Amino acid sequence: MSNNMNRPPQGPPAGMPRRGPGGPPHMRIAEKPKDFKGSLKRLIGYLKPYGLKIFIVTVAAILSILFSIFSPLFLGRATNSIADSLSRNLPIDFPHLFRLLALTGTFYLLNAAFSYLQSYIMADVAQSFVYNLRCEVDEKLERVGLWFFDTNSHGDILSRVINDLDTVSMSIQMFLSQIITSAITLVGVLAIMLTLSPILTITVLITVPLTTYLTRFVAKRSQKLFKGQQKSLGELNGHIEEMYAGHKIVKLFSHEEKAIEDFCKLNEKLYDVGWKAQFLSGLMMPLTSIINNIGYVLVAVVGAFLSVTTGLTLGVIQAFLQYQRQFSQPIGQIANMTNIIQSTIAAAERVFMVLDEKEEEKDPEFPIEPNVVGNVCFSHVKFGYSPDKILIKDLNIDIKSGQMVAIVGPTGAGKTTLVNLLMRFYELDGGKITIDGVDIRHMRRRDLRRIFGMVLQDTWLFSGTIAQNIAYGKEHATMEEIVNAARMASADHFIRTLPEGYNTIIDEEASNISMGEKQLITIARAIMANPAILILDEATSSVDTRTEMLIQSGMKQLMKGRTSFVIAHRLSTIRDADLILVLNDGDIIETGTHEELLEKGGFYKKLYDSQFSA
Amino acid sequence: MFKLFKKYLRPYLGLLFASVILIGIEAISQLILPDIMANIVNEGIMNSNIPYIFQEGAKMLLVSILSGACLVASGLFSAKAGMGFGKDTRRAIFQKVGTFMPSEFDKFGASSLITRTTNDVTQVQNSIIMMLRAMVSGPFMLIGGVISITRYDYTLTGVLLCAVPLLFMLFYFISKNATPIFKSMQKKIDKLSLVFREYLTGIRVIRAFDREKDEQRRFKEASWDLAKSSMKAHRIMSLNMPGMMLLMNFTSIFIVWVGAKSINRLNMQVGDLMAVIQYATQIMGSLMMFGLLFVMIPRASVSASRINEVLEQNPSITNEGNMKIGDIKTGEVLSFENVTFYYPGAESPVLENITFTACRGETVAIVGGTGSGKSTLVNLIPRFYDVTEGSIKINGVDIKKIPQDELRKSLGVVPQKALLFSGTIKDNILFGKEDATDEEVINALKISEAWDFVKNLPGGINSFVSQGGTNYSGGQKQRLSIARALVRKPAIYIFDDSFSALDAKTDANLRRNLREVLKDSTIIIVAQKITSIMDADKIIVLDEGKIAGIGKHDELYNICSTYREIVDSQIRREG
Repeated sequence: MSNNMNRPPQGPPAGMPRRGPGGPPHMRIAEKPKDFKGSLKRLIGYLKPYGLKIFIVTVAAILSILFSIFSPLFLGRATNSIADSLSRNLPIDFPHLFRLLALTGTFYLLNAAFSYLQSYIMADVAQSFVYNLRCEVDEKLERVGLWFFDTNSHGDILSRVINDLDTVSMSIQMFLSQIITSAITLVGVLAIMLTLSPILTITVLITVPLTTYLTRFVAKRSQKLFKGQQKSLGELNGHIEEMYAGHKIVKLFSHEEKAIEDFCKLNEKLYDVGWKAQFLSGLMMPLTSIINNIGYVLVAVVGAFLSVTTGLTLGVIQAFLQYQRQFSQPIGQIANMTNIIQSTIAAAERVFMVLDEKEEEKDPEFPIEPNVVGNVCFSHVKFGYSPDKILIKDLNIDIKSGQMVAIVGPTGAGKTTLVNLLMRFYELDGGKITIDGVDIRHMRRRDLRRIFGMVLQDTWLFSGTIAQNIAYGKEHATMEEIVNAARMASADHFIRTLPEGYNTIIDEEASNISMGEKQLITIARAIMANPAILILDEATSSVDTRTEMLIQSGMKQLMKGRTSFVIAHRLSTIRDADLILVLNDGDIIETGTHEELLEKGGFYKKLYDSQFSA
Repeated sequence: MFKLFKKYLRPYLGLLFASVILIGIEAISQLILPDIMANIVNEGIMNSNIPYIFQEGAKMLLVSILSGACLVASGLFSAKAGMGFGKDTRRAIFQKVGTFMPSEFDKFGASSLITRTTNDVTQVQNSIIMMLRAMVSGPFMLIGGVISITRYDYTLTGVLLCAVPLLFMLFYFISKNATPIFKSMQKKIDKLSLVFREYLTGIRVIRAFDREKDEQRRFKEASWDLAKSSMKAHRIMSLNMPGMMLLMNFTSIFIVWVGAKSINRLNMQVGDLMAVIQYATQIMGSLMMFGLLFVMIPRASVSASRINEVLEQNPSITNEGNMKIGDIKTGEVLSFENVTFYYPGAESPVLENITFTACRGETVAIVGGTGSGKSTLVNLIPRFYDVTEGSIKINGVDIKKIPQDELRKSLGVVPQKALLFSGTIKDNILFGKEDATDEEVINALKISEAWDFVKNLPGGINSFVSQGGTNYSGGQKQRLSIARALVRKPAIYIFDDSFSALDAKTDANLRRNLREVLKDSTIIIVAQKITSIMDADKIIVLDEGKIAGIGKHDELYNICSTYREIVDSQIRREG
């Protein structure tokens, strides 16, 4: 903490997301942006709408600094006038002193007012800038295809939208105005000092390299220690995480003592490196303060010498003593800021990368609104997740309304891919898919997706009550409808055993709901939506066979008169299918009913023997 | 927060005391500086006495080096005290969490407990280090400064004494208005990341249900909410710096004005005036640090209260009796008598009126649908939860009367989720029995059908296991976690659906091994696959928390419709 004294105590406020604990923010290990200039330009481009406000901020900053630079001068003059009178053995000229002091006071007032105005407006700029950028990213995400979400880790996208943008806003809020202020202060103070006394100016400047060198020296060493601290902290956190995650097992095997013993070892290690890091970074302040005092003495000594030899006035010496402090502050700040600017640009860069992502094709201008019966046709469909690796070469399927289609095949055969294509999560590389004769590309995506109801492999529920989650399938659902849907999905019983029943809140840590139970809720949600075509992707994979049967009886009701696609791993589903599509390497190699295919004795038979007989 | 300090800062009182004294010395030496400065002006400059200036200048440097040294040393002590406090508090939390039962554990949630053990402690610990200096040096400076100024001229003390309350009013105003906003900002950031994380994980469902517009609205709302709060907070904070500077500067002006009158009365010299200004600046500066406390204390106290919540949470289950289980003889080893269990606050019971017994050498299987209460039943045996009504007895002793350690020593549990810890395979098996020999370890691995793959690993039983066991397949992890239970050689084994990831052949071999080796133990198996429990001595069928039937496979198939449904649903897939 090199300049605790100087920095406004607004620090990173409590509102910052919980980043890794450890070093103070400016001690964070700096990252290098890839294209500093380009990204900086772009960031400035995004600030353009706030041009007027930033202009006002800059003007306010300049004015506030000018006033703060000139006020010591007037205060110095006031002292001078006193000293003058004394040395000439005259009574002090109070009206004159009053005028001088009033002028100084006005300057100080104006300085404060402009500085307040500046950071007040800056708060506006920084927050609306980040809000707008955040919304822009969110809107962008709506337009990018699923490939983006499938190929990037969620944690990564999350940290771009939340943490990185936060870093940017923080920097704009605190440092944009600081940069302006520091730069102007340096130049201004230097100019005034030079006009007052070049020799004293040089005296002030002597300590500058000393400060910068020392800042670098300590920062370098403490960075190392902070890295070490981060590492031990990581190890300790890892141990805590592991023990907490395995809490039950630790208890079952009465391992609490041993866990604590290991914990203490790591804890001790963290303490060892921790206090050293803390101590070293704490060196900064006393050291700069000593250097400052050296500067102070130098100015005093040289000033006194000059006053004796050249008759330099007392007021000038006093002004210099204040300038000396004003001068050393921004230098420390600027040294700090280079790191912060770099990591800000790097953060902005990561956000820009999201904004530059390729977008989905636009919806057609004159969309056809489908009147769905449920005939689905794949003709000459060609598709690959990357152009050089075509997965589906030439797929042709014709499904009549009301049919139940089971899709089977070994892992990686392209079963889930079919769903991705059907719902237009991914675009075809060739051929077309039609629903009741309408090419899905001629519909709006939302109309297309409303046709389907789906239950996916991973049970996604949002944080909210169970009732709200079931109601996700239909806007303005009544409680009665919700309970009905839950009953059809056999979820009613377990929901009622939960502490709050239908009002039980599901969140990330909902540990009283098992995977299977979550699955039942998603099924109830799909039932709620009452779609024309159903897609069940391994929908019942984590439900036991008996519950599955219960669900299926409900599902059968639902499937009546609806086309349904079931990606199945269980025999019971396959048996009832009107049509089984056997996929291998992206192509349909066999079609038919269960009996027909078994008789054929081909790939299906082999798959069936290996996979479906226990 | 002070509750926390009282308890965990005690060992560091010596260090703190030393640190306080050093900070005091530092403050005093800072106060001497303006005095010397005044001397330089009054004696040196006014009398053109350059050697004197050098002499005083050297004095001044010495003093500032002394004060720097004090600051460094006090920094050392307070770093040690603060970090030591953090260390002790962390350990206390960790120990406390060790006593928690799943119900208390789940009340906080693993990730919240992790944050409390790590980040919250760090927050409080750092605040100690920062607070110490601010808290001590502020008052020191104030008192010392006032005395020094009074020495020059008491009217000037008046100026200062007017300025200080104003400064505090400013702090109070800002912290009172800003702190609640900062607190709510943290919540809003959490909310925003929650909304966004859900958007990311649910993207397919959201697009499939065409709810993207709703999600976007939710995101924008959360985002705007956050932006609004941040704006408010920062606007208030904008007052901080200009306000303080203004106060400080006006103090200087008034000092010059009042001082001029004093000089006119010949009470004071010009150099003194400058010294007083220096004093005032220093006092106000250290009071500004003091003002930091108004910002930091609320923040740290939020963390401290989160820590206290954990430390004050008592485990729901404590050792009540001191009964020993005693030697297991033939007969009822485990018995459930009219057991009914409600999760705290639930409207219907998860388990209702469960009564059954398991004898020595018997295998009891529990089957039933998802949500029928199988896992809950099994969780009652190690006393993760206490029964609401009825009782569970081991060897005739109510488990509530047995110390938890003793109770769990008699159990070998293989949980549903095979969780391994980082370390070696051997470390993981030793988890079951700390002093097991390599031979015992290998033997357990052999019974659990894990030896075949373990012996082919380059490191054998010393092969590395990553956190959570992610470098092994599901089936391998299951076998290792079975071996971990086997090495304990307990009276009762509990397998909670722990064969699910095994292929048919391994499953069969493993069950044959268990039958041979564990013929004198009692085995409770929760299973999905009927084939793995068809030969159990007793099958308990659970349906919506009640026993739907108890018996052997053949009898149950004929009399219990729930059981028949389960069997049929699975046998059909075999046919």
